[in-house]
Amino acid sequence: MTQEMLLRQIIDYANRADPYPLYTELRKKPVRQEGDELFVVSTYWEIKSLLHDPRISSDARNLSPGAAGTLLQEEEDSPLPPAFLRLDPPEHDRLRRMAMRPFGPPETPRRVYNMRGELARIVDDLIDGFGDRKEVDIVDDFSYPFPVTVICRLLGIPREDEARFHSWADIIAAGLDPDPGGDPGEQRRATHEARTELGMYLSGLIDERSGAPGDDMLSALVTQQGPDGQMSRMEVLSTAALLLIAGHETTVNLITNGTLTLLRNPDVLERLRNDSRLAVPLVEELLRFEPPVQLLPQRTTLADIDIAGTTIPEGASVWLVLAAGNRDPQRFPDPDRFDPDRPDIQHLGFGSGIHNCFGAPLARLEAQLALTALAHRLDGPRLLDDPPPYRQNAVLRGPRHLNIAFDGLRS
Amino acid sequence: MRLVVDLNRCQGYAQCAFLAPDVFAMHGEESLLYNPHAEEAQREQVLRAATACPVQAILVEDTDEAPATMGEGLSGVR
Amino acid sequence: MSGDGALERLRREGRIVIVGASLAGLRAAETLRKEGFTGSLTLIGDEPHEPYDRPPLSKQVLLGHASADRTELPRRHGLDAQWRLGVAAAGLDMAAGRVRLDDGDEVEYDRLLITTGVRARPWPHPAEAELDGVFVLRTRDDAARLQRRLAASPRRVLVIGAGFTGSEIASACRERGLPVTVAERGAAPLVGALGGVIGQVAAELQRAHGVDLRCGIMVTGLEGDSAGRLRRAHLSDGTSIDTDVAVVSLGATRNTEWLAGSGLGAGPRGIACDAGCRAFDVRGIVTDDIFVAGDVARSPHALFGYQFLSLEHWGNAVAQAATAAHNMISSSSERRPHLWVPAFWSSQFGVNIKSVGVPSLGEEVIVAQGSLADHRFTGVYGYQGRVIAAVSFDQTKWLEFYQRQIESGAPFPPEYSSVDRRTEGLRPVPADFPDPSLPTHGPTVTVSGYSPTDQRITFTPGRG
Repeated sequence: MTQEMLLRQIIDYANRADPYPLYTELRKKPVRQEGDELFVVSTYWEIKSLLHDPRISSDARNLSPGAAGTLLQEEEDSPLPPAFLRLDPPEHDRLRRMAMRPFGPPETPRRVYNMRGELARIVDDLIDGFGDRKEVDIVDDFSYPFPVTVICRLLGIPREDEARFHSWADIIAAGLDPDPGGDPGEQRRATHEARTELGMYLSGLIDERSGAPGDDMLSALVTQQGPDGQMSRMEVLSTAALLLIAGHETTVNLITNGTLTLLRNPDVLERLRNDSRLAVPLVEELLRFEPPVQLLPQRTTLADIDIAGTTIPEGASVWLVLAAGNRDPQRFPDPDRFDPDRPDIQHLGFGSGIHNCFGAPLARLEAQLALTALAHRLDGPRLLDDPPPYRQNAVLRGPRHLNIAFDGLRS
Repeated sequence: MRLVVDLNRCQGYAQCAFLAPDVFAMHGEESLLYNPHAEEAQREQVLRAATACPVQAILVEDTDEAPATMGEGLSGVR
Repeated sequence: MSGDGALERLRREGRIVIVGASLAGLRAAETLRKEGFTGSLTLIGDEPHEPYDRPPLSKQVLLGHASADRTELPRRHGLDAQWRLGVAAAGLDMAAGRVRLDDGDEVEYDRLLITTGVRARPWPHPAEAELDGVFVLRTRDDAARLQRRLAASPRRVLVIGAGFTGSEIASACRERGLPVTVAERGAAPLVGALGGVIGQVAAELQRAHGVDLRCGIMVTGLEGDSAGRLRRAHLSDGTSIDTDVAVVSLGATRNTEWLAGSGLGAGPRGIACDAGCRAFDVRGIVTDDIFVAGDVARSPHALFGYQFLSLEHWGNAVAQAATAAHNMISSSSERRPHLWVPAFWSSQFGVNIKSVGVPSLGEEVIVAQGSLADHRFTGVYGYQGRVIAAVSFDQTKWLEFYQRQIESGAPFPPEYSSVDRRTEGLRPVPADFPDPSLPTHGPTVTVSGYSPTDQRITFTPGRG
């Protein structure tokens, strides 16, 4: 199998349900050159090392013109400037620190912790909402509405506007996909339009919050005066857009992948039902086994990097295939087995280094609560389609629908 | 309950300070200060923190009723 | 082979004695059990407490966030050891394989591990050291006493010596709102460990947090009132400071006196051992039944030209204890070298300082990422054209990259581009370590190619 074919196959929607055999193939060459200026890294230690390598940039402006392709253009034309996810230090560090102030330690250590009760109630309400049905779509009825509700409350975005930003968020998330399908020009136009509309929408909310700040994160981002000063309006916009999109487009996959994995491993589901403490290591293993972000396609080299016998030249585009690294047998014995008892699980599910997932503590808590509640309350749950239909996106990979049947609800 | 954090390993991801804020606290951006003798009532939160630690730097003393998943009587050690 | 039979017998029913019941001693004991040693295991410790963790003492404990008597280290179940706590080792008979205790008792061993560590260097004038209000900080009892005194809101705290411990004490005092003077004989805080360039940043941090920092100054005397309470300190510039608390932070002394005359190569600079943690005797011949680990050990490190390094680092104690324990019950072909890359951390004034490698070997330093002025940066040290160490101030996530640079002997100065490289990072500057022939206040790393019994250091504490 040629290299070119391999990457093509991974992106190919036909392999979305089970890309893992392809990742095994990919790992045979830890750093694989694809075309002139694209390098794909698929083994654990190499990915880990590049995530901590200061010669790697997350800023698309550092791509050489050839490698940049359409990616750069899209960002530059964008009505929203890049958020910290797509920036390097010191800008990244400053914006991330400022975004962290209203979210977590050291300034707000209890925000997520104190949401536990509220999160549990939302989960229970959603399950109550299954009513008398004996079949539901876990995605539409549960794992999508849950994180959306949470991120709306956290940011201070009206839940009833969900219908409006949902489609923008979907389009923007699809823009991350290396091969979203369809006409690339059309895709770019759609992304641009979605970003514009989302920007305008958030802009209106920011105006409201500056006048009458609440205790939500958006208000805090607008009004904060810390050691790093104040965020500019554009910075608030791009940060809020990032948190809004990342806050649910990834968690929905984590919860859905988790439900799917539990239903495929009934013994583990049974254990979780009997001991909810299992949810904690189980979610970590899930982040290894079925990470919601499969690969990071947006890194660039600032210098020639020698790694695993290959030299990645300066200005090249680097893809870090987190999901392949998570199944690297050199790091995790018997990697294709889902094993919540796995010791020393330092997975790449949330990345590593300075760009490690901002919302990780919230995503962990959401997934733990959601999976525990499903295990407790669904009587005799089973999959109706296996594999289920997947979303197009190869980066943010997860089922589009997950239809399950069950015998009834426990209280 | 006794615990110790290998602060050579710690990289300030602060997951413990999110998950068990009564035991772990960030002091500045990335310095971790923790209570090496947490209240027994905090056990569940501390184990959450130890399990979620991305660099597995938190070592917690076992008791008999701790989940078997923690392995070898100590969680988080290699 | 009979040798294998002896080893099997040792592992099954041998007697292992560990002198020093702190971090290294405990971790070694745990490793021995984990690796299948089923014989008798005795831990001897001069403090009456079971093994506890020291780093919190100068941080959480002084801040009142944790209690000094509740920092015991987590222990494995089934250690099945005999603990002789509150009794110090007083002598060693190498020929007979016996440790003498200061209560007159004797303990026999087949294998001995020495992890006696260090103690705080006391104020050199015994009468002044006796004054009420003069403290050191090393043990949990020290910490409890100091914490109580700080809680009683003294008018001012004088910290003598601005190494890591002194700086952390000053930080905790400022956070408690106490006026603090720091007297440091070097040009800047942390200068012995990190050099003058980085030391200047530490000085800025102290001053920005309201510390009255006086560098190039020695404390020449401590003066008490008629009731024996500290009231004033005299400085080498002729001035004096009214203070009711002085914390002496002049580094540490290795606990090797009990080995005097034993024939083991133990001296004021520690106990020399090979890379496999086996102690040398005074003749420079390696023993095969006595092992050393932790702060008291000096061992050659392949990455650093096989120089003998003494590392008063938490991580070193953990790693070396595991290696020593493994080697104690292994055949020579299964033994491992102690190849741990030195690393330490300090938390002070809200900043996380971490280091890998041996900065004090560095001739030059370059600010590879960030900026000294921001107090957020990564400094990389070079020695003879290769990367030898790195230090980060609130940038710890990058440090593992530089550790690999050290391990792979990467060229210095780094010539590649990286994120967050500023103009100050374009060329290296002299790292500005004090002349190593001059005594400094407790450098955390000392390097010497000589046998410890030949070596004498002359410490000139606190007076000119």
